[in-house]
Amino acid sequence: MKHKKIVVFLLAAIGLLVLPLVLQGVGNAWVRIADMALLYVLLAVGLNIVVGYAGLLDLGYVAFFAIGAYMYGLLASPHLTESFEWFAAMFPNGLHSPIWVVIPVAAGLAAVFGVLLGAPTLRLRGDYLAIVTLGFGEIIRVFLNNLDHPVNITNGPKGMGQIDSLSFFGHSFGKSIEVAGYEINSVTLYYYLFLTLVVVSVVISHRLQLSRVGRAWMAIREDEIAAKAMGINTRNLKLSAFGMGATFGGVSGAMFASFQGFISPESFSLMESVMIVAMVVLGGIGHLPGVILGAVALSALPEVLRYVAAPLQSMTGGRLDASILRQLLIALAMISVMLLRPRGLWPAPEHGKSLPSTKS
Amino acid sequence: MDMPTFIQQIINGLVLGSVYALVALGYTMVYGIIGLINFAHGEVLMVGALTSWSIIGLMQDAMPGTPGWLMLLVSMLIACVVAAALNFAIEKLAYKPLRNSPRLAPLITAIGMSILLQTLAMIIWKPNYKPFPTLLPNVPYDVGGAVITFTQIMILGTTAMSLAVLMWLVNYTRLGRAMRATAENPRVAALMGVKPNVVISATFVIGAVLAAIAGVMWAANYGTVQHTMGFLPGLKAFTAAVFGGIGNLAGAVVGGVLLGLIESLGAGYIGPLTGGVLGSHYSDIFAFIVLIVVLTLRPSGLLGERVADRA
Amino acid sequence: MTDTVLNVAGVSKRFGGLQALSDVGISIQRGQVYGLIGPNGAGKTTFFNVLTGLYTPDTGTFQLAGKAYKPTAVHEVAKAGIARTFQNIRLFSDMTALENVMVGRHVRTHSGLLGAIFRTPGFKAEEAAIAQRAQELLDYVGIGRLAEFKARTLSYGDQRRLEIARALATDPQLIALDEPAAGMNSTAKVMLRELIDKIRNDNRTILLIEHDVKLVMGLCDRVTVLDYGKQIAEGTPADVQRNEKVIEAYLGTNAH
Repeated sequence: MKHKKIVVFLLAAIGLLVLPLVLQGVGNAWVRIADMALLYVLLAVGLNIVVGYAGLLDLGYVAFFAIGAYMYGLLASPHLTESFEWFAAMFPNGLHSPIWVVIPVAAGLAAVFGVLLGAPTLRLRGDYLAIVTLGFGEIIRVFLNNLDHPVNITNGPKGMGQIDSLSFFGHSFGKSIEVAGYEINSVTLYYYLFLTLVVVSVVISHRLQLSRVGRAWMAIREDEIAAKAMGINTRNLKLSAFGMGATFGGVSGAMFASFQGFISPESFSLMESVMIVAMVVLGGIGHLPGVILGAVALSALPEVLRYVAAPLQSMTGGRLDASILRQLLIALAMISVMLLRPRGLWPAPEHGKSLPSTKS
Repeated sequence: MDMPTFIQQIINGLVLGSVYALVALGYTMVYGIIGLINFAHGEVLMVGALTSWSIIGLMQDAMPGTPGWLMLLVSMLIACVVAAALNFAIEKLAYKPLRNSPRLAPLITAIGMSILLQTLAMIIWKPNYKPFPTLLPNVPYDVGGAVITFTQIMILGTTAMSLAVLMWLVNYTRLGRAMRATAENPRVAALMGVKPNVVISATFVIGAVLAAIAGVMWAANYGTVQHTMGFLPGLKAFTAAVFGGIGNLAGAVVGGVLLGLIESLGAGYIGPLTGGVLGSHYSDIFAFIVLIVVLTLRPSGLLGERVADRA
Repeated sequence: MTDTVLNVAGVSKRFGGLQALSDVGISIQRGQVYGLIGPNGAGKTTFFNVLTGLYTPDTGTFQLAGKAYKPTAVHEVAKAGIARTFQNIRLFSDMTALENVMVGRHVRTHSGLLGAIFRTPGFKAEEAAIAQRAQELLDYVGIGRLAEFKARTLSYGDQRRLEIARALATDPQLIALDEPAAGMNSTAKVMLRELIDKIRNDNRTILLIEHDVKLVMGLCDRVTVLDYGKQIAEGTPADVQRNEKVIEAYLGTNAH
């Protein structure tokens, strides 16, 4: 049995490593889709800690994505030097931040916000928690949209552009490199970076699941009062779930900003939060493979559907385009999966059948 | 902070609050009976408004001589019927099967339904903002230096009438008694012969009618309709319901009106209050701030919760 | 050597117009099984909830193993040394039996996020110890072979045992069992009694709410009877059984 698992694992690993090179040949756009899918996997894995492990329905998770993105935007674009003269004086060459600074700072900042935004929700029951976190997501978005005056921090609705690509040991991800006569595109380089981050996040998440902290989170999810009676400090553990989950969002956001080179508040809407929740819930809440499946399906599939959408678009006189189709798909998926397979498409396997009455 | 501005903001707040109150009632009734936040409720407002817009458009083409108020009334009635049918169907198809599921499932379905309705509306009515015709005489009345339009007076009047009808329904009819009983203790009510499915469907239908009325009034007052118009008012109305005490009908009204006033006064005064740092664009998040404050300090709301005893 | 594990005096609790507890006090010695009985609504579960921090008493002093004990935050209670089970069984249904008991070890262990993420040697050693102890406790209560089964798939009686195992995992000074025999048939009750005896013989101290008078009389060293929030009798089961006020409170019949 173990042999089979290892073989499957190796095949998957090889497949993942080779994928972008193959897609590169077909077209950079496909690699881009894979890159975005990886970023969404990172987000979904992060949210899974909050929603799946600890049972806290966070509908404002996009806030951490936004925070990571804007943090990187501030640290790695001309925005600060252009907006503030004293800044330009301090950093005459502009502000550029290397990758080994960006990732910890994004994670740390997001964690702080995770705790801040989680704190008011600690005593709320499920549906209220959802609405309040949704509110926080919106509050962050409104602030991002309006903090261009009196002090221009976020550049408001115009967004922030000219964001650096990440650089690794002096080499920028924005440029392609040559390896053994074979050219690896920028988008492919980003793919490998994101894949590394995803693998790390999955390992971390898995380790958390099988640990004292993970069990405490799940106890809170199952029955908070019983968890407290067993000595679990539910307040601290909920905060740690929010904080830990947020770090993945922050890192993903920073990666997003460097990948796109441009960010604006539009990318961080409620719809994004909802979509990430959908990925977790539809994939298989609390179950890592399911969550990854959900993320890949909901992010990549609609892109693929663009090719189907084109004829549909002309058929309906321009009313149906790819983004509308994607929204429709997500909505229908949410409704139908909850009705038909409420535990998700790939839920955690049931171990232990219903037992007949033992000698009780 | 002069008097006319203050009175103007009060008027605006009352009008806004009336709309919130009507929508909040829908949320609070549904939550009181089945413990579900009907995320899609704001979309019912939108469907009401857009349906009314379409009907008016048709009437203007087919019967151009019809007086404005009649077109408005007819379109509102049709909008109510459409909204009621829609909400009835949604409940039967998407919420009823999940009545015994853990809380997360119907919540997700409701969110999905909200997105579905918005997307379908976008497809049917196209994404652009559409002007809602002015059908009532554009007569402003002077109130202490501030202005109140005829439309706004009508809104306040319609809201008051709707509330009166609702109060009569809930307190003096058999259905109303059944609804109150189910809201308090569904199992015992069922044992007394109340059919829970009938009561739940009735609740959704009544909520939809109120939301449709609110939608038409919103359109008439603010002058535009579009497929996303229901989402934010819906959320804010839910906040109002929690503010007043979820499940509590009077609470929904009080919460709605108060929230409207807070938003209006806040938007008016936030600029001067913060020395220009924060502008009225932030008014959208007042509702959320109110929500967070209420849930932290007084979670059962101003007038107390009335949620079913589902032990 | 006997020492007083729990000393409670003058506990009162009022809910609006209802005086749920008035001036209740008990003293439990180590190794005793102490019973709390009384008709429905007498205040037994209220007392339990006060003791374990779910309700705040209006008055009352508490001492646990000689130290002053203030049951304010629920999660401090287990740490201080009182573990409880619930009348309606509150297990972590979607977790396995083993995991449920492992959660019981939470309060006596300490590895956190960093240990989990980096799999430090300290973390690994602690995890192994937790799992081992959990399995031991499952064996102890008799459901060792059900370790990998989800808690909600267990039979009712096994679920009760699991809850007891989980409570034992917190290494408590006092185990408080809230109607452990509720819903059981007589065979099951006999086995439960054996289990509680076994726990007592391992020098544990037990506080027990029960309706089954026969079970209580056979098991408990001392008993307190509550009626309408007041303590109407306290003493050995034999004494209490003969007490007129007790007989009156129960209308002269055995509860079962």
